[in-house]
Amino acid sequence: MNKGWRRAVLIAVPYLWLLFFFLVPFIIVLKISLSDTAIAMPPYVPTFSLSEGWSGIQNFFSGLDFENFAWLLDDRLYINSYLSSLWIALVSTFLTLIVGFPLAYGMTRAPESWRPRLLMLIILPFWTSFLIRVYAWIGILKTEGLLNQFLLWLGVINDPLIIMNTNTAVYIGIVYSYLPFMVLPIYSTLDKMDDSLLEAAIDLGCSKISAFWRITVPLALPGIAAGCFLVFIPAVGEFVIPDLLGGSQTLMIGKTLWNEFFSNRDWPVASAVAIVLLLLLVVPILIFQRMLEREQEGSK
Amino acid sequence: MNEQSSTQKRNQQTVSGNSSTRFEKEGRTPIVEFRNVVKQFGEFTAVDDVSLKIWPGEFFALLGPSGCGKTTLLRMLAGFETPSSGEILLDGKNILPVPPNKRPVNMMFQSYALFPHLSVRDNIAFGLKRDGMTKENIEARTEEMLKLVRMENFAHRKPHQMSGGQRQRVALARALAKNPKLLLLDEPLGALDAKLREATQFELVNIQEKLGTTFIIVTHDQEEAMTVSTRIGVMNLGIVAQVDTPAGIYENPSSRFVADFIGDVNLLEGRIEGEAKGKHAEGNMLFAANGIETTFSARCPDQLEAGTTCWLAVRPEKIAISKEKDTKAVNQVSGVVDDIAYVGNLSTYHVRLANGRVIKAQEVNRRRVENREITWEDEVWLSFTEGAGLLLAE
Repeated sequence: MNKGWRRAVLIAVPYLWLLFFFLVPFIIVLKISLSDTAIAMPPYVPTFSLSEGWSGIQNFFSGLDFENFAWLLDDRLYINSYLSSLWIALVSTFLTLIVGFPLAYGMTRAPESWRPRLLMLIILPFWTSFLIRVYAWIGILKTEGLLNQFLLWLGVINDPLIIMNTNTAVYIGIVYSYLPFMVLPIYSTLDKMDDSLLEAAIDLGCSKISAFWRITVPLALPGIAAGCFLVFIPAVGEFVIPDLLGGSQTLMIGKTLWNEFFSNRDWPVASAVAIVLLLLLVVPILIFQRMLEREQEGSK
Repeated sequence: MNEQSSTQKRNQQTVSGNSSTRFEKEGRTPIVEFRNVVKQFGEFTAVDDVSLKIWPGEFFALLGPSGCGKTTLLRMLAGFETPSSGEILLDGKNILPVPPNKRPVNMMFQSYALFPHLSVRDNIAFGLKRDGMTKENIEARTEEMLKLVRMENFAHRKPHQMSGGQRQRVALARALAKNPKLLLLDEPLGALDAKLREATQFELVNIQEKLGTTFIIVTHDQEEAMTVSTRIGVMNLGIVAQVDTPAGIYENPSSRFVADFIGDVNLLEGRIEGEAKGKHAEGNMLFAANGIETTFSARCPDQLEAGTTCWLAVRPEKIAISKEKDTKAVNQVSGVVDDIAYVGNLSTYHVRLANGRVIKAQEVNRRRVENREITWEDEVWLSFTEGAGLLLAE
């Protein structure tokens, strides 16, 4: 009896957590997205109140509609923001992979005694605030910033590069910020790999390069996929990086969302934007989850 | 049973004739020749001036304790290590400049190293595809290999869906698929349990006899080396201590290390007294063990001179034990039974001699254990023939 009860409590903890911190806020946002904007506090109608009894509840539900979602389709801004966000996230994920894979690979090839230190270096940036680190990039990337001064001093360029307030700056910001999420899963799959597999491939006639493509890369695929999802999913909704590093022409859904909430004070449309973003991300999240499950089965 | 008799036959054929010396005389080219090969890892010398010839069609075992350099020797053949000095010839040609992926040598790894993301069929076909064979030929060869190791029904399985024994067979098939001149096996049966290992040993021998490929196996298990190989190279501390047939190694070990490493042996320290006389004592010397009155007549291949300090080596199963003195026996010594190790079919008697040394004598238990006539603290006589003992200088 006692044991069963304890088990129930243990299982209940994560479910209660999800209920309070995910489902309840989600329902509130969903409700706002179905409301109409109003000059009031809070800035939407209808509001839920039990004081008017049954008819109050009926009025409340009849006041909800899908108008805001229809509006998202009407104005090209939203569709363009979504597409642009997905594109920027896709490109940055690819760039992060290009930078992250050699890094992770190099770490697994490093002497055993170095590896904890190298891992530490990858995680070290997390010790300072994300916001401050993104601000620091402004100092590096701006027209009279460190990068341009350095390149001018080297004589590689004659005129300063315009990087700040462009999509390039956003890519740099995302690659920098999300690099550990790419490196760590790839490192962990490469680290598990048995070196004799490569020797076996070479023994069977592969050159070192083809052994890398035929053995190392396929075996690192679960790590590569995990890293890509861990970068892509948050990058789609990224707000801080495009806001600080991107220019006015950088269109990302996080910025659009922020504008709706704080500049327009149109909470219902902003909530609708958030709900659609969530629905868009559910697909890659589900694929990611399925992949993790399959890998767990595989390793058994 | 059939398999067992065939290996026994093979071992016996080579015990006296020693085909390797015959090949040598005929001026044949060895398939592998190590010439003064040295391998150093920093300060540590893993392989110390090894010269060794291996002949085509041999099943050669490199046997030794861990760290003796046997795996390094194998990895130098495969091309994963380069000798610090010396030469390695394959079929008479120096292979040191040839990279591992271009050598006509394949290796079966201790961990099997099966590619986890590929099916059994793709694992076996992996090397063939690198050779640029036609699709039909690759398929035919893969089928042939699957049949050879009886894995036809598992062709679509992934490595993690198979038992250890099945993986071992796939690894063997993959290494043999390219029809190498030389197959290297690094502790191939180490991961299998005892029963399966025994069955697999015979299977390995059968496959080797069927294909005629030269096999070189590295093992630390002397029983395994004795069962599968035609010749054994016993290694210790980077040196090849002795190369001979399994029977040759067992019956005529060249040093105390080899005698002690292969099987069980009694070693008594003493000195040479002089030449032995007797009908069967040709080439025998008389040996006096320290602290014992009696002398023993034993073979002395090293032709040691009188007065030299040496060791007498006698295998426990070659020593007879009885309660009465045997008047006819040449080598006889008395002692007290200290201990009896009973393992069902055999009993090993630990007999303490007058000098305090304990000698092991092994007897087959023909009688039931309750009817055994010798027991603890009994005074017994140990005897062995003139051919049983061996005098070793080092």
